[in-house]
Amino acid sequence: MLQGWVIVFASFVYLGVLFAIAWYADRRADAGRSLISNPLVYALSLGVYCTTWTFYGSVGRAVASGIGYLPIYLGPTLLFALAGFVLVKMIRVAKANRITSIADFVASRYGKSQVLGGLVTVIAVVGVVPYIALQLKAVSNSFAILSSYPEIVMPAMSGTIPLFQDSALYVAMILAAFTILFGTRHLDATERHEGMVAAIAVESIVKLVAFLAAGIFVVWGVHEGIGDIFAQADAVPEIARRLTTADSPATYGTWGTLVFLSLFAALLLPRQFQIAVVENVDISHLSRAVWMFPLYLFLINLFVLPVALAGLLHFQGGGVDADTFVLTLPMAHQQEMLALFVFIGGLSAATGMVIVETIALSTMVCNDLVMPLLLRMPILGLATRSDLSGLLLAIRRWAIAIILGLGYLYFRMAGEAYALVSIGLISFAAVAQFAPVVIGGLFWKGGTRDGALAGLTAGFVLWTYTLLLPSFAKSGWMPAGFIEHGLFGIDLLRPQHLLGLTGLDEITHSLVWSLLANLGTYIGVSLLRAPNLREARQATLFVGGAEAAGIPGWRGSAGVADLLPLAGRFIGFERAQEAFARHAHERGLRGIEELPADTRLVNFAETLLAGAIGSASARVMVASVVTEEPLGIDEVMNILDEASQVRRYASEVEQKSAELTRATAELREANAQLRQLDRMKDDFISTVSHELRTPLTSIRAFSEMLQEDPKTDLAQRSRFLGIIVSESIRLTRLISQILDLAKLESGRAEWTVESVDVGEVLSDATESMAVLFTEKRVTLEIETCEPGLAVQADCDRLIQVMVNLLSNALKFAPAGSGHVKVGARGTANEVRVHVTDNGPGVPLADQELIFDKFRQGAGTADVLTDKPQGTGLGLPISRQIIEYFHGRLWVESSPAAGTSFVFTLPRLTGDNDASKNS
Amino acid sequence: MSRRILIVDDEPNIVISLEFLMKKEGFETAVAVDGDDALRKAAEFAPDLILLDVMMPKKSGFEVCQALRTDPATASVKIIMLTAKGRETEVAKGLALGADAYVTKPFSTKDLVLLIKSHLA
Repeated sequence: MLQGWVIVFASFVYLGVLFAIAWYADRRADAGRSLISNPLVYALSLGVYCTTWTFYGSVGRAVASGIGYLPIYLGPTLLFALAGFVLVKMIRVAKANRITSIADFVASRYGKSQVLGGLVTVIAVVGVVPYIALQLKAVSNSFAILSSYPEIVMPAMSGTIPLFQDSALYVAMILAAFTILFGTRHLDATERHEGMVAAIAVESIVKLVAFLAAGIFVVWGVHEGIGDIFAQADAVPEIARRLTTADSPATYGTWGTLVFLSLFAALLLPRQFQIAVVENVDISHLSRAVWMFPLYLFLINLFVLPVALAGLLHFQGGGVDADTFVLTLPMAHQQEMLALFVFIGGLSAATGMVIVETIALSTMVCNDLVMPLLLRMPILGLATRSDLSGLLLAIRRWAIAIILGLGYLYFRMAGEAYALVSIGLISFAAVAQFAPVVIGGLFWKGGTRDGALAGLTAGFVLWTYTLLLPSFAKSGWMPAGFIEHGLFGIDLLRPQHLLGLTGLDEITHSLVWSLLANLGTYIGVSLLRAPNLREARQATLFVGGAEAAGIPGWRGSAGVADLLPLAGRFIGFERAQEAFARHAHERGLRGIEELPADTRLVNFAETLLAGAIGSASARVMVASVVTEEPLGIDEVMNILDEASQVRRYASEVEQKSAELTRATAELREANAQLRQLDRMKDDFISTVSHELRTPLTSIRAFSEMLQEDPKTDLAQRSRFLGIIVSESIRLTRLISQILDLAKLESGRAEWTVESVDVGEVLSDATESMAVLFTEKRVTLEIETCEPGLAVQADCDRLIQVMVNLLSNALKFAPAGSGHVKVGARGTANEVRVHVTDNGPGVPLADQELIFDKFRQGAGTADVLTDKPQGTGLGLPISRQIIEYFHGRLWVESSPAAGTSFVFTLPRLTGDNDASKNS
Repeated sequence: MSRRILIVDDEPNIVISLEFLMKKEGFETAVAVDGDDALRKAAEFAPDLILLDVMMPKKSGFEVCQALRTDPATASVKIIMLTAKGRETEVAKGLALGADAYVTKPFSTKDLVLLIKSHLA
């Protein structure tokens, strides 16, 4: 009845119907009336998550671990129910950047890195190939079981059948052909496949209905309801045991791990990303899908436990693989049509998964692995070829064929090592490695390309070591000792107990290590440096959301003339022209020819190309026609350079400003000095005028009085005239001294410098003053004077100093009892001269003051007659003269001992003297 | 009864000339040679008018003027400041401190006598 040809025919009819649906949907899409643009289709297409692993494997897992199959569905349920915002953000970002795959997403996020895209692709292919193998195995096994109806015989071990009798090979080939038909009939700028999505939605219905039909038959056809099954199961202790989980921490840990793992898988598996993100027509569909998809998962799991228990009850004694219960139970009850339907359901689960997964992988392989490599080979001349769309399609078709080939190879060689569920989990753990870079990339701006590369690599290596290699070892490809004793026999390197970590199942163990290393390296390496410009821009686009999409990626521009042919080469000229026309229309322009050569156009073209060849390759291609350099390393360097120039400039400005501040301070100081000098000059002039007015006052007053009264008596008259004369002399002396001082101070004084004998100066000065001293009855005496004391000086000036000092002494020496002594002594280097009187002395406080201009000693001024005579300029002038000849002049005084004015001058030795005189 | 004039200056020849000038006009005179002396003589001699030099030892003419004005006994005495310092600020300062007139040196004897007479009238 159910001969092989019937099954094959039914299968082909089913696939034909699917293809018809896809074709129709594509036609509708081209006509602009999308068949799939509604939330129900979107939610159903998400059902691609449920593969044969669900369809057959859930029952198997339920038999093995009771309700342990549930976490695989709790994860996605949690994701959609609680973390919808992550999906919303992902879809929004992907749409804005025309992301074509998970690899493209990661590459684009971290600065459109081709290396990163390639790495993600490799991980995805390596991780997902076993999963594809699983589908082949399930289809081929179910086919073998069904075709032996009415017997229930478990299929032979794969690998033992000769290659061309192996149904799995034909399944693989048929699926490859169908996938190529579904997925690569044409290149779409958005990489969306409406027909495929429609077909997948239908497949989701078929597999759900098939499973529910089997479940209903088992529960109400074979048994008398669910209560009956559970009651019967309860009666058999061996079966009842499966209704509870082992109450140990490890079990709960495993539950947690599986929830976690399946949550990521529902987001990051290439096919899930393809359906949920890339194929999403309208982001609003997600709001319905968040409950529809979990509902779908709920329904498809509804009968898992009853079927498992019924199977256990029916096939007590073993011999029938629990993975096949859903098929073998209807067979055992001679329900051949139901069995066929279940087989078709399983087939739909397998085809759905394989088609979407391989399409997604082929896009990744083409855009992120092959094209970047080909574009880098100038020998192929791809950069100049006019139409590359055919090449792109060919690459994808080959990629599909090769991926399915790899899947078959894996099935053939390793497929028997594990139960179905384990293979699925290995894949889940592989794609879970994308979680840090994807989710981190959506919410953390600090992630860099290096961090993403390091994290992915670390995670992938540990996944390989702790999960993939042991699976190889279990398949006999590697010595089993590798698992038992670790690499090189090192105990700490045991792949399933790395660094001595025990107590976890192998999946949890692998996940803990790989994600720990992945996340740690991703964050650690990212933190090593700040994101560069391109990474920062992409980070803003991804983390900042769609509203940041206005940031231009290009600083240059290119016209339609360059960009249209470029786009045409990859997506076909007609499609490119349509897209450009649409863009022009969106910008409110009448046609392509009106499009300006601006940044916006370049961005549009890049995004368009990204849809076909991936963002990383698109950037490279657009860079070849954009007139200005793109934001490459050079550009970044330039910008950094500009930044450093600005910094340098800023520091120059700062320096200048500091100099200016300094100069201002100097000027202010100079100004203050000038003001001070001005004030001093003012004071000086005021003082001078005061000093000049004082004698003038007397002169004028006496002159006027004499003039007014000519009859003034003679004695009076001569007294007045005497005052007039002496005040005139005083005035004259004052004026000449002021002039003298001005000359000295300004350095305009004339000097006759020669060797001067100090003894002669003393005797000349004392002689000229002798009369005045005699008049006041003050004795004047040259105390000591060593002979031959010579100095280099102006003789007349020295005499002037001596006369000044002597008149000073005479002024303060008491009349009658006054005594003035003069002396000169020589030391090795200098000559020291003093003039000492026995006057009242100079208070210590005044000893410097008296050398100021117009400051006269006031010690005796309370007596009218002792009002000091003189100008107050004698001492300042004397000091100027002495200092001119490198000497010093000062006063030593105490009230008891009188006053001693002392000056020193450098001594001229005999030799010098002789030489000067010769 | 002749008017009393106190001459305050530290320059002997100026004192001589002013003394001679005032006596000739019939005033009774006294002389002080510094600020302290001036205040003492102003109290003892009770002059009607003081000819007050500014630049003096011990107390300047400004200080003396201020002290005279704050003492009720001498507050009404006429003060004519005589100074060789002719700057505007000093003139203003002297007048602000209560001097009745400010005369710069060298002065015209005739004008000075007229000024004194006008203040004593």
